[in-house]
Amino acid sequence: MKPKGKRKRRDFVRGAAAVLVGGVAVSSLRSCSPKLVWQIDPEKCTQCGRCATHCVLAPSAVKCFHSYSICGYCDLCGGYLRPDAKKRNTGAENQLCPTAAITRTFIENPYYQYKIDEDLCIGCGICVEGCDVFGNGSMYLQVKHDLCVNCNECAIAHACPSDAFKRVPASEPYLLKSDREKRIS
Amino acid sequence: MRGFFMTAKAQRRKVFRWSGLRVFASLRSILLLLLFVFPARAEFRFPMPEFATGYEHPAVHTPGPSNAMVGWDIVVLIATLTLAAIFVLKRRKRREIFLLTLFSLIYFGFWRNGCVCSVGSIQNIMAGICDPAYGVPLAVLVFFAAPLLFALLFGRVFCAAVCPLGAIQEAVAIRPVKVPPVVEKVLSILPYIYLGLAMLSVSMGAGFIICQYDPFVGFFRMGASFSMLIFGGLMLVLGIFVARPYCRFLCPYGVLLNWCSKLSRHHATITPADCIQCELCTDSCPYNAINEPTPDQSPETRSKGAWRLGRLILLVPLMILLGVGVGSLLKEPLSRMHPTVRLAERIAGEDLGRYAETNIESEAFRASDTPNEELYAEAVELKTGFARGGKWLGAFIGLVIGCKLIAVSILRKRTDYEPDRGTCFSCGRCFKYCPVKE
Repeated sequence: MKPKGKRKRRDFVRGAAAVLVGGVAVSSLRSCSPKLVWQIDPEKCTQCGRCATHCVLAPSAVKCFHSYSICGYCDLCGGYLRPDAKKRNTGAENQLCPTAAITRTFIENPYYQYKIDEDLCIGCGICVEGCDVFGNGSMYLQVKHDLCVNCNECAIAHACPSDAFKRVPASEPYLLKSDREKRIS
Repeated sequence: MRGFFMTAKAQRRKVFRWSGLRVFASLRSILLLLLFVFPARAEFRFPMPEFATGYEHPAVHTPGPSNAMVGWDIVVLIATLTLAAIFVLKRRKRREIFLLTLFSLIYFGFWRNGCVCSVGSIQNIMAGICDPAYGVPLAVLVFFAAPLLFALLFGRVFCAAVCPLGAIQEAVAIRPVKVPPVVEKVLSILPYIYLGLAMLSVSMGAGFIICQYDPFVGFFRMGASFSMLIFGGLMLVLGIFVARPYCRFLCPYGVLLNWCSKLSRHHATITPADCIQCELCTDSCPYNAINEPTPDQSPETRSKGAWRLGRLILLVPLMILLGVGVGSLLKEPLSRMHPTVRLAERIAGEDLGRYAETNIESEAFRASDTPNEELYAEAVELKTGFARGGKWLGAFIGLVIGCKLIAVSILRKRTDYEPDRGTCFSCGRCFKYCPVKE
């Protein structure tokens, strides 16, 4: 059995350590803002292709989003067709997407709808670049939050060359291009 | 996979440029027309169509983040910690502790993909202290504080059966050999260096290196970069013979647990009753965490020991100064932890013609129209920050080495075989070696 004085000192140090741990925890909680999640700023994204390769998930939690409301519904779609496509049809040899994740549907002359199959999309951003170069830029990359595991530090954010990843409040987890005017105002 | 994308992308660029000319000729007239007709909507090349068939735009599918599991994580953490404390202190059965370890490996590791984990949570806490705008989620806070508070009460029961990183190493430790105590003591400085580096990295905004270099999370998620899988694989192979190499010689959270466990209220004991000095337990511990009784006769005179202690205490400030010196010398390599510094050096190197090609980072920077001077100014500011941080890091490591020297030179009186409260993982291996039963 330890002498009483020693016991007391030990208890005191232990109490002090507990207060320290609690204090450190609370002082970091002071900054506790609403829950944050990762998202891509489509204005900054340069479609480098790292979203497809650097996510801790395979396939990546980053998917191509399509804002139909700003889409031109072009027949000659830069996001769907390879630049050297011989014909404007759904032939595999004409498609830009490496996983054929985009479906082209005829709506009315001369408009076509382009729909992205999220199960097939790997988030490589090849169509995004095509749509940016030739079209309205209605296709863009976003983190899909039902897939994202919200890592401590997003591995893609660390690898992103254009600083396009940022944390946004979980209540508004998407930076949709079709909402941009609303966001700015 | 990555190589394929790079080459595919390079080819694509070429094709765009080549066919761009052809398409450009046909599009130019349309574009010019558009610019005149819709000057306000110049950012959209094509007008949004008005459909005659009554077609409506499909909605964009925007599922919200799911955080249903977070509450469960906290509940499971507290429950496993409590169970571990009961198994270690009351029931004293290695088998039960090991089963709980396997449960934690499956739940926190393979089911929850090793995130959120206590080891990484120190970085969030540090980030929360440094940057008031950074939000620390409640779950991370609990994962940081609960194991430390349990260590203050019951020792490192978190390491014993809750931590998934410890669990995967515990599961592969089949043929543990004893590491010589000298090697063990020297290598035990590494976690302090790792902790200091991680804190420096977080406080300078250079990223969470503990998460980036987590050797086992790749196995939990069934995917990681090649080099990290090799590192993790080597750690597991090493872990067959040197039990828990990550926990003992790298884990930065272990440093905090070590401190808290030294003060623990109730710590696991090797024997349930009185020690009979049979020495059987010394073979059981693969972690060098069992302290032998001190000899009755002190090996040296009291005054000799006191002089040595005095010299070592005087050595501590010298070690701190030495650390500060080494830290300030390491300013340049340390500052390269930060991506902005790396980018600035790359851009400067490219401008000087040191590199034949550009890389993705420099291309993205040059496309952003930020002036080079702004980047350089930011890098210089970061470097001064790293110079200051490097000195603090050096001072910290100097202090740690000084204190470790003092700790090894002090002989504490012990009459029995006891677990070392700081380094004992409470794994329970020694329990069944002890012939004393209650």
